[in-house]
Amino acid sequence: MSGTFLGMPSLPVFGIGNLHEHEPFPKAAHRELGNTQLRANLGHATRTIRDKRLAVVSELPDWEELREAGRAIKESVMARLPELLVQFEANFTARGGVIHWARDAGEANAIVASLIRGQGADEVVKVKSMATQEIGLNEYLEAEGIAAFETDLAELIVQLDHDKPSHILVPAIHKNRSQVRDIFLREMEGVDPDLTNEPARLAAAARAHLRRKFLSAKVAVSGANFALADSGTLAVVESEGNGRMCLTLPETLITVMGVEKLLPAWEDLEVFMQLLPRSSTGERMNPYTSLWTGVTPDDGPQNVHLVLLDNGRSAALADEMGRSALHCIRCSACMNVCPVYERTGGHAYGSTYPGPIGAILSPLLTGITAEENSSLPYASSLCGACYDACPVKINIPDILVHLRGEDVDSKRGKNRRKMALPSQMDLGMKAASWALSSGKNLGLVEKALPLGRLAAGPDKKITRLPGIAAGWTQSRDIPAPPGQSFRQWWDKEHQAPAAPADATDSGRAATAEPGTEEKP
Amino acid sequence: MRIALFATCIVDAMYPNTARATVSILERLGHEVIFPAGQACCGQMHVNSGYFKEALPVVANHVKAFEAEEYDAAVAPSGSCVASVKHQHPMVARRCGDAGLEARADAVGHKTYELSQLLVDVLGVTDAAAQLGSYFPHRITYHPSCHGMRLLRLGDRQLDLLRTVRGIEVAELPEAEQCCGFGGTFSMKNADVSSAMLADKTANICGTGADLCSGGDASCLMHIGGGLSRQGSGVTTMHFAEILASTFENPAAVTGDVRLTTGRTAR
Repeated sequence: MSGTFLGMPSLPVFGIGNLHEHEPFPKAAHRELGNTQLRANLGHATRTIRDKRLAVVSELPDWEELREAGRAIKESVMARLPELLVQFEANFTARGGVIHWARDAGEANAIVASLIRGQGADEVVKVKSMATQEIGLNEYLEAEGIAAFETDLAELIVQLDHDKPSHILVPAIHKNRSQVRDIFLREMEGVDPDLTNEPARLAAAARAHLRRKFLSAKVAVSGANFALADSGTLAVVESEGNGRMCLTLPETLITVMGVEKLLPAWEDLEVFMQLLPRSSTGERMNPYTSLWTGVTPDDGPQNVHLVLLDNGRSAALADEMGRSALHCIRCSACMNVCPVYERTGGHAYGSTYPGPIGAILSPLLTGITAEENSSLPYASSLCGACYDACPVKINIPDILVHLRGEDVDSKRGKNRRKMALPSQMDLGMKAASWALSSGKNLGLVEKALPLGRLAAGPDKKITRLPGIAAGWTQSRDIPAPPGQSFRQWWDKEHQAPAAPADATDSGRAATAEPGTEEKP
Repeated sequence: MRIALFATCIVDAMYPNTARATVSILERLGHEVIFPAGQACCGQMHVNSGYFKEALPVVANHVKAFEAEEYDAAVAPSGSCVASVKHQHPMVARRCGDAGLEARADAVGHKTYELSQLLVDVLGVTDAAAQLGSYFPHRITYHPSCHGMRLLRLGDRQLDLLRTVRGIEVAELPEAEQCCGFGGTFSMKNADVSSAMLADKTANICGTGADLCSGGDASCLMHIGGGLSRQGSGVTTMHFAEILASTFENPAAVTGDVRLTTGRTAR
């Protein structure tokens, strides 16, 4: 659909496409944890990039102020999104660009395919883009008889291997260079059969392969990192220059961008061009930044299109607690510091968006009840490393907890579509709520501590528990409980008729001699 | 000062020595410690598992229990529970539409300190050996728990206090700031990932050659200690309060296995 669509849809329009976990996260994680090659690659790669990021971030004295500025700009964008989108559309259109509005992945894919067919093309070159991964554009085009060639080196590796990206910045982070050589030898037309796993030779092989595509393609498809409302300008930030080739050589350029990528003005780039490269690749500045504003006669693409994608973003925006997830600039710092991601890799999250941001963004875009996305908010120990690393200060742990609440409530029958039986966890939480909501109740429960000692036996440890608690004892013991709780000890100490003589000595000096404490 | 002890449910029921050590330290400094009898738990387990409705009475109970007494400051030997009292309690009340409770929770949260915060920032303890008579002749390492580190920004307060204990040897823990994998119900719901994180933590601990790993959160220490016990490592865990309370005359007992809570008390 083209034309102007503004405002919130009356019902939440949730996102569709590659945004779903198809099996519960713990099950997917179990499988990925068993892949020792994956864990070795990931451990090495995330550690390297983590250290690089830390080094370039700590050299900026105003890093915290930059983060705060990034957060504040994004927050104001979300508050003024309709107005900024109209302003952007007017400016982009005035410079010869064409805007298309897509409610969801299906609409976006159909628009892109019809634009490509309109040019009489049956192949396109692609700039690395999360939005087109999200909507499953490559698969859609393939079914329509259009071949899409990824030109980002890592995306190319993943595509040639018929695999899925596992990281938003380094999609092939789960493969090492020997695996890459094997993929090239197997899948790349006309590749040198003596190819080694040297990075330079691998890059040369990819360059030769891609150069042919750049020179023949009539249409390119890209995403965008930023869109500037005050001028109608789009921006792509990249490392390899392959994006620049796609953005400048073909006659037709089609960009697919989520509506949340908007920035009010050019000057806002100053903040984000410092935040993004340092947070993502750990570089002070990325090698290639391409900016374009509509059509420049006789220079670069002469047909310039932009598909503005909602696909659940309005639904996320409507969630007061969760909307700041839309601040994300796809830097991937959160996954590089996440102890869960480091061990499971990106595929365990199902969606295009893995790691901590994926664990909140995917269920926000699709709704918490979609497929197995309700398992994603639990894929975190809430350690908070992601929040500290996020360049736009998305409080990921708080949003994870908020979404867990949405999940629990949706299964309580608040969402009347499905009435589930209370789970073991539900029953345990109810019982614990009773025990922990009064000192008396907890005191009663603590009377049973000797039973736990009995269960622990002579080894004074519990090594096996039933039900959901079996998860604990799969790798940890539980110590025998004490003979008496603190509360019981305190009561005994303080119920003696000789009550503390000086109960009002709040002004006593803080320098008593060690070891001279009085017996209460 | 009159100080209200928030023992926390796990310390109250499973690690009473940690609370007794906390009382001992504060009384040694000349302060009066009270134990508000109505207290039970901060409710973090419920909140972090998404059970806000069930968390509400737990939060309300805590607020009521700590409003019922007169005191200058409340203290808990846990970064995580204090972070919950300070940050989560008002949030739970807000989410459940109880503005009155939100304001009261804010007031209680304002007066609540984690133990090292209280000792260093309020009570001016900088030298445990000199000011508390702390003596602990063991080689230890130290795990900074996530919530103390990232939600309360405790920095090196606990570690700095430990370094000033007489006789102690502190070995630096590699990758100390990595989560141990506990995460409350995460350790059960995502037991495989949690165990993988724990395995790296315990390997780093054992690599230091320390007799025990200290920290400021009984829950993380139970997790780490449970793993060390299962692996038969002989390395144990101990809350930093118990190390600070340990004296030459009354040394804290170190067992070579999961903490024996029947051991000698630090008092």
